[in-house]
Amino acid sequence: MRRILVGLKRVVDANVRIRVKTDGSGIDADGAKLGINPFDEIALEEALRMRERGDADEVVVASIGPEDVQQQLRNGLAMGADRAILVQCGDTLEPLGVARVLLALVQREAPMLVLLGKQGIDGDHNQTGQMLAALWDRPQATFASRIVLADGVAQVTREVDAGRETLEVDLPAVVTADLRLNEPRFVKLPDIMKAKRKPLETVPLAELDVDTRPRLRNLRHAPPPTRGRGVMVKDAAELVSALAARGVV
Amino acid sequence: MARVLVVAEHDGLRLNAATARCVACARAIDGASIDVLVLAADAAPVAAAAARIAGLDRVLTLERAANADGLAAVLAPQVVSVAADYSHVLAPATTFGKDLMPRVAALLGVGQVSDIAGVETAHRFVRPIYAGNALLTIEVPVDDTVVGTVRIASFADPGEDEAAPVVAVAAEVALPEHTRLLGRSAPIGDRPDLQSAQRVVSGGRALGSAENFALIHSLADRLGAAVGASRAAVDAGYVGSDLQVGQTGKIIAPDLYVAVGISGAIQHLTGIRDARTIVAINKDPDAPIFEIADIGLVGDLFACLPELNLALDGAISP
Repeated sequence: MRRILVGLKRVVDANVRIRVKTDGSGIDADGAKLGINPFDEIALEEALRMRERGDADEVVVASIGPEDVQQQLRNGLAMGADRAILVQCGDTLEPLGVARVLLALVQREAPMLVLLGKQGIDGDHNQTGQMLAALWDRPQATFASRIVLADGVAQVTREVDAGRETLEVDLPAVVTADLRLNEPRFVKLPDIMKAKRKPLETVPLAELDVDTRPRLRNLRHAPPPTRGRGVMVKDAAELVSALAARGVV
Repeated sequence: MARVLVVAEHDGLRLNAATARCVACARAIDGASIDVLVLAADAAPVAAAAARIAGLDRVLTLERAANADGLAAVLAPQVVSVAADYSHVLAPATTFGKDLMPRVAALLGVGQVSDIAGVETAHRFVRPIYAGNALLTIEVPVDDTVVGTVRIASFADPGEDEAAPVVAVAAEVALPEHTRLLGRSAPIGDRPDLQSAQRVVSGGRALGSAENFALIHSLADRLGAAVGASRAAVDAGYVGSDLQVGQTGKIIAPDLYVAVGISGAIQHLTGIRDARTIVAINKDPDAPIFEIADIGLVGDLFACLPELNLALDGAISP
């Protein structure tokens, strides 16, 4: 079975303007719209296209979180994943803990490919895929903008600071998705109905027997410094004067 | 006392300027000794440049043929081996460091502090989360090696000094052969590098086409600026993804940032928040870019840019 495992993280929707709690203890996200991390959605879309092309047989989505993360997994099933696994856990795990949980799933599911988003848009860590690859002792190809599967290898084009680079990695491997890998499909109503009948397995975190204790301590959250309101100019000449006044030209 | 190892970023010949800013972050840790590690097939040219970064104790070179391609899976076990003597291991939060360091942290069995934007103590750091909408102060346990990537826009280049000693080291670790480099895109022409440029002119979707980006280039030429772009302009195919500025692109802190036809999505603003002077040109007076701009001009860019070029020619030439 050529299986692809895709990680889905639930995050506050990208369009919500979050606020820092006044006591600095965290982010005020009560009642905010939640959804699948956009990079993870791209990862899932890529996995589905691989299966549709005949390069894979099964797409499994997995998430870690409280019971109601089922909703995001159902969305993943509605997009087209074959089945879902929810690792039930009340706490927010650090990337290392997430990587260890994913490793436990990898050992159970033996995927040929793990596709993850390159970063969560909440913590902006950009760590989990690389950590999983290290713990699994397998290749990683991060920030992918193109993936071609062939004969036990993946050729992955990566978006790097200097432009692009292409790696060839032996499978199994971990690939993390960048923005331009694809545009995820919209879910249609019949697919949502169909998703309700697809298997969704819940695994209590304790059952996996992995160390997910946090190592880092969050001390406080603060809003970013604000920039003073600027000046508006009426034309190009005034703009150049304003730049000159600031010593820029 | 903190012993900091900074992993140098380079292309085999030239040291990336991000490395020096990463050293600046290490210098913000009280009383730290700082070594830079150059992993390469032939480390000499890069080590010579790295040795001149101000505030260093030593440059370590670790030469192995497999290091030529700078692959994270190959470099990580060697960094882990050298890291045994250090309390901190840092690399720039560039695509190089972001790719490598979590692999190092996982092999060490510790967490990673991504995008360090401030140093409070040797084990306490400030980092942006939620696209820079919040700053989190985070503490690493004193018994853990601190593994971090440094948000280079937050630290000034420390300048140069007399050359520090260069010492060759070895790491007797097996290297994986499961990852191969097939190719890299050629570096872009002679324009200043976006990540380290003092001035940057960026264009957005309002440019309308790749051809119209010539307007951005001509303004950038007059200012001696690097060229950047919003995600929308990159997605529309006007320019390559290496020019994207923002949360998932490059985070920059130039003296002057000129945003042309960019509405200012929060993910873009994250990438430019630390610029000293932000100029916005946009025809929509309600565009969010004006909330962060120091100087704003409401107008059609196709009229404004030629006028601005003329006005600059008058201002720059005597």
